[in-house]
Amino acid sequence: MVSVETSDRSTVRATGVSALLTQRRRKPPRPVKIKERGVDRLFMVGVYVLLTTFLVAVLVPLIYIVASSFSDPRAVSAGRVMLWPVDFTLDGYTAVLGDPQILTGFGNSLFYTGVGTAVSLVLTVAIAYPLSRKEFWGRGFLAAGIVFTMLFAGGLIPTYLVVQELGLLNTRWALILPQAVGVWQTILAMAFFRASIPDELYEAAQLDGSSDMRFLRSVVLPLSKPLLAVIGLMYAITQWNSYFDALLYIRDPDLYPLQLVLRNILILNQSVAGMDAAEMLRRQELADLLKYSLIVVATVPVMLIYPFVARYFTKGVMLGAVKG
Amino acid sequence: MLITPQASARGTLRVKDTSKGRKAAQRALRRHWQLYLLVLLPVAYFIVFKYWPMTNAVIAFKSYNVIDGVWGSPWVGLDQFHRFFENPVFWTLLRNTFILSAYVLVASFPIPIILALALNEVRQKFFKRTVQMVTYAPYFISTVVVVSMTILFLSPRLGLANDVIGIFGIDSIDFLSRPEFFRHIYVWSDVWQTAGYSAVIYMAALAGIDPTLYEAAKVDGASRLQKIRHIDLPGILPTATVVLILGVGNVMAIGFEKAFLFQNTLNLSQSEIIATYTYRIGLLNADFSQASAIGLFNSVINLVLLVAVHLIAKRATGRGLW
Repeated sequence: MVSVETSDRSTVRATGVSALLTQRRRKPPRPVKIKERGVDRLFMVGVYVLLTTFLVAVLVPLIYIVASSFSDPRAVSAGRVMLWPVDFTLDGYTAVLGDPQILTGFGNSLFYTGVGTAVSLVLTVAIAYPLSRKEFWGRGFLAAGIVFTMLFAGGLIPTYLVVQELGLLNTRWALILPQAVGVWQTILAMAFFRASIPDELYEAAQLDGSSDMRFLRSVVLPLSKPLLAVIGLMYAITQWNSYFDALLYIRDPDLYPLQLVLRNILILNQSVAGMDAAEMLRRQELADLLKYSLIVVATVPVMLIYPFVARYFTKGVMLGAVKG
Repeated sequence: MLITPQASARGTLRVKDTSKGRKAAQRALRRHWQLYLLVLLPVAYFIVFKYWPMTNAVIAFKSYNVIDGVWGSPWVGLDQFHRFFENPVFWTLLRNTFILSAYVLVASFPIPIILALALNEVRQKFFKRTVQMVTYAPYFISTVVVVSMTILFLSPRLGLANDVIGIFGIDSIDFLSRPEFFRHIYVWSDVWQTAGYSAVIYMAALAGIDPTLYEAAKVDGASRLQKIRHIDLPGILPTATVVLILGVGNVMAIGFEKAFLFQNTLNLSQSEIIATYTYRIGLLNADFSQASAIGLFNSVINLVLLVAVHLIAKRATGRGLW
């Protein structure tokens, strides 16, 4: 495998080199060695071994969890499950779907993610678009004011006091509003607008009598669909995965997002109630199994959209890097 | 809503001179009032949820009580800070926070670079894409789930880890309740989760390297290792510098979320960091002023560190954050 593709690469390089040599006249022309050297071949073996190690190290825990979630809990605790289910069962998933606490959490998280993402997107565009416009007097001042919040923050309790004062404690808004606008996403959107909407387009629209709002609606937004997808998904995944704000602001279990329910079940072991010994054991086993299934259920939504998002995330990272 | 054609035509001509002064401001407001309308809500957001908390931070210099509120509570000067500095846990917290964060930095700075450099050598598309996609995936898993997975993995009763060490005849260990394992668990679960994601930044930097450099190196008979040393490493140096500055600058800002989830009463001697202690004091003990003082102390240290590291880096390498 390795040798085939390296030789292919060498031909490409070799033609490139000859072109370069005639162009720059840096060195007298001499025969170009095409063969890989022994050291290099050894090096490539090392590279493949290293990357395979990375691959296995990341994959094995994931597969182990999925395999365990379909296995008999006794097989799991006996250490008989590795990468494939043993004594296949769906009991864990039945238990997950039968738990009202988990279902409520799942529904709540869908709500927080949907509404939160919409609010965040609207607010982010509303600040990033004016900041991207040269005609917006005072944008330097405003941008500095926003970036400063990334460097310095009031802190946990002072923020808590604000949420309390606004009467948001123990309401759904407490999970949506305090983190609504991300500075990073704002910078990303601003850089995107600036780079991809040429001034000429704006001038033309203005000549046609378009207002700033109209230009945003009819030109900027349609041209920014990839950006909206990226920052929307960033917001959505962050919201879906967060538990800290709920821990701070929410007391009512009916409002708990899924991650907080997960924490209570998975980390604090809150689901096992007192029973007689045999019942206890059966319950304990089911509770163990439920943990694996629950991890799978909570992670699958994110893992399903991730392959579609990953490409854009990479682009987002690069866009940020270019703009420095 | 629509501006008359005449006015807008004038607008395009005059766009350039909106540079400074009250007149320029007035003109911008009149002509682009919609933009100013648009920013109202987001600006309100930043004022309410970012700047208002900063003013609330004055309770760090007060003895806060609910009845008098933030501004009515009596001033106590620097008493809250003295109380914190004289508290025996102060040095433990500082040490725990610093060591944990430094350990994270030392482990998670080089590994993504190695991963990116190795990936960059591979020409076989399928393998390269697979490794990238798979190592990137854990970044999207929530902290709660990663911590749960780690706990299940290391659990003495259920976990795979104890089955493995059992093969070597070692008795099962309850890793989570042994303070000496806390940092390793924290750091390596972190590396597991973020290495693939962090490598993306370096992959982008490597993709931007001028291909003629490799061709020239090939002509000079450079080995792959030499190409990495003389082309790849200098190529990612600017990116690596920024990442390192941010890492060092944020060394005291290590987050609450993960440490809190790994915490239990047995490993507290190493797992209690400034962020988790602030939560304990503020929300569980309801000592708002003390918690705010600790938070403020931490914020100021972070800001000073970040600026200092930036300045040092700028002087040494000519590159900084801004």
